Amino acid sequence: MTAAVSKPSPWTGLIAGLGLAVLFVLSLAVGVSPLPVNRMLSDPEAMQLLAVSRLPRTLAAVLCGAGLAIAGLIMQTLSRNRFVEPATAGTAQSAELGILLVTLLFPAAALWVKTLFAGSVALVGTSIFLATAHRLPPQQPFLVPLFGIVYGGVIGAVATFAAWQADLLQFLSVWTNGEFSGVLRGRYELLWIAALMVAVAWIVADRLTIMALGRETSIGLGIDYARMMQIGLVIVSVITALAVVVVGMIPFVGLAVPNIVSRLMGDNVRGTLGWVAAGGAGLVLACDIAGRLIRYPYEIPVGTVMGVVGGVVFLWLLFRRGGHG
Amino acid sequence: MIRIENVSFKHRATPILTDISLDIPKGGVVALIGPNGAGKSTLLSLVARLQPLQTGSISVDGLPVDTTPGRDLAKVLAILRQDTTIASRLRVRELVGFGRFPHGRGRLTDDDNAIVDGAIAQFDLADLSDRFIETLSGGQRQRALVAMAFAQGTDYLLLDEPLNNLDMYYARALMRSLRSVADVNGKTVVIVLHDINQASAHADRIVAMKGGRIVADGTPAEILTSDVLDAVFGFRMRVETIDGTPFALHQF
Repeated sequence: MTAAVSKPSPWTGLIAGLGLAVLFVLSLAVGVSPLPVNRMLSDPEAMQLLAVSRLPRTLAAVLCGAGLAIAGLIMQTLSRNRFVEPATAGTAQSAELGILLVTLLFPAAALWVKTLFAGSVALVGTSIFLATAHRLPPQQPFLVPLFGIVYGGVIGAVATFAAWQADLLQFLSVWTNGEFSGVLRGRYELLWIAALMVAVAWIVADRLTIMALGRETSIGLGIDYARMMQIGLVIVSVITALAVVVVGMIPFVGLAVPNIVSRLMGDNVRGTLGWVAAGGAGLVLACDIAGRLIRYPYEIPVGTVMGVVGGVVFLWLLFRRGGHG
Repeated sequence: MIRIENVSFKHRATPILTDISLDIPKGGVVALIGPNGAGKSTLLSLVARLQPLQTGSISVDGLPVDTTPGRDLAKVLAILRQDTTIASRLRVRELVGFGRFPHGRGRLTDDDNAIVDGAIAQFDLADLSDRFIETLSGGQRQRALVAMAFAQGTDYLLLDEPLNNLDMYYARALMRSLRSVADVNGKTVVIVLHDINQASAHADRIVAMKGGRIVADGTPAEILTSDVLDAVFGFRMRVETIDGTPFALHQF
């Protein structure tokens, strides 16, 4: 759709890219052990710190942020509702329940096996959510997110109960509240699959835009609606499960970023996908850096910081919408 | 040719369509008329494979609609549904451009762009082409949707009450555009209309439905008679012929 997109000026892209680069470097530099920038390349200890801890942590934040923002975008497309995202509509809770169950049943399973299991449960949970969301009257757009919150709450409660019974409540909180302090080399690489999912989303970007126009328009334009629904569900579930298992869930990224980008640039996914991914990466990076600085040298988990930031943004979106009728 | 054979359709236990058989040869404008609940929209959505067939068969140019890949059908047949709601923030030009999706899978060639520009000009949307759909009035949005269906460039065009929301000027303009694509480009237009006088003025053939059955089928002169219209709509109305076109005075 190249010719049809009225592109934002190249300066916007340049400034956004620079901003992201600055955040990236900041994230490498900020931490409890000082990282002297001037002799970073000559000091083997500094190099070691960078390679083992700071770089993996920064990459994990970028991958999680970009992935979760895209997952949110796709979930909003599939449900045709702007107010849902994986963290609040049952996907994350299903993934948490999945990882809890597999940890109980096969504690020795490899991390990728656990992720696969969590992803499968997330897929089932999200499918049930969407099947129900499509039955709700479209004249009441707030019913879908409300239902999602209740639905996610119920699944979350089941997970909490199971964890309590098995004395695993502490584990559960690791998965429900994202933080990057535990990210080291060798412990985050699965997240690159999220980048792969974003690439898949890029390939089907035009089809996603058309899906947002509804089932009938999609079929009329020759799109295999059911197949696209499945692809979208897999992308959302895999990204969410990866985030839950590797760093824990980060709320609101998937809600705030796609909504802001849509406000500014519209909903042509081919044109906005890159912005949504970059926005998610930047937001999570910024929140992680803030979490490291606010109570320095202690850390506040990124999930908590994002909860505060995202909550404010969500309220702003709701009131803005109300103001527009 | 659109061939509809022995099609019946039920919504739960309620019969919507009963044993419909209809051939629509290529070329020309066919109007579907009838009271609310006659099954016109359902018939159109079955031809456009928006709902699964229950009994009977439908084919378009020999392609059975239930087994032909959707992608292939989308190059032959376009449909505009009634009351399409667009919640996406797309610009008019982007929306019309997506009409070309079946041909290039999202990549617009120069030819595609020319077709999109043509559709935008034809429906008087040039000034609106950079506006978001959600900022348009109902009639402007309807024109953008019709332009998108036109841009799809199919031989068959199914339109479900496209005159909704259009003022007299644009209703007339749309009907004349349909007439011209049928006459000049040899396209086949099947259109659900509530205004039987629009059907009389612009269609070659009128198919009248009632209670899920076809009750009359013929030229405007054959359908627009007091007796036939009474049988279809349930009341008598005067029909006057002006310059060879019959008009029903249904307001009295």
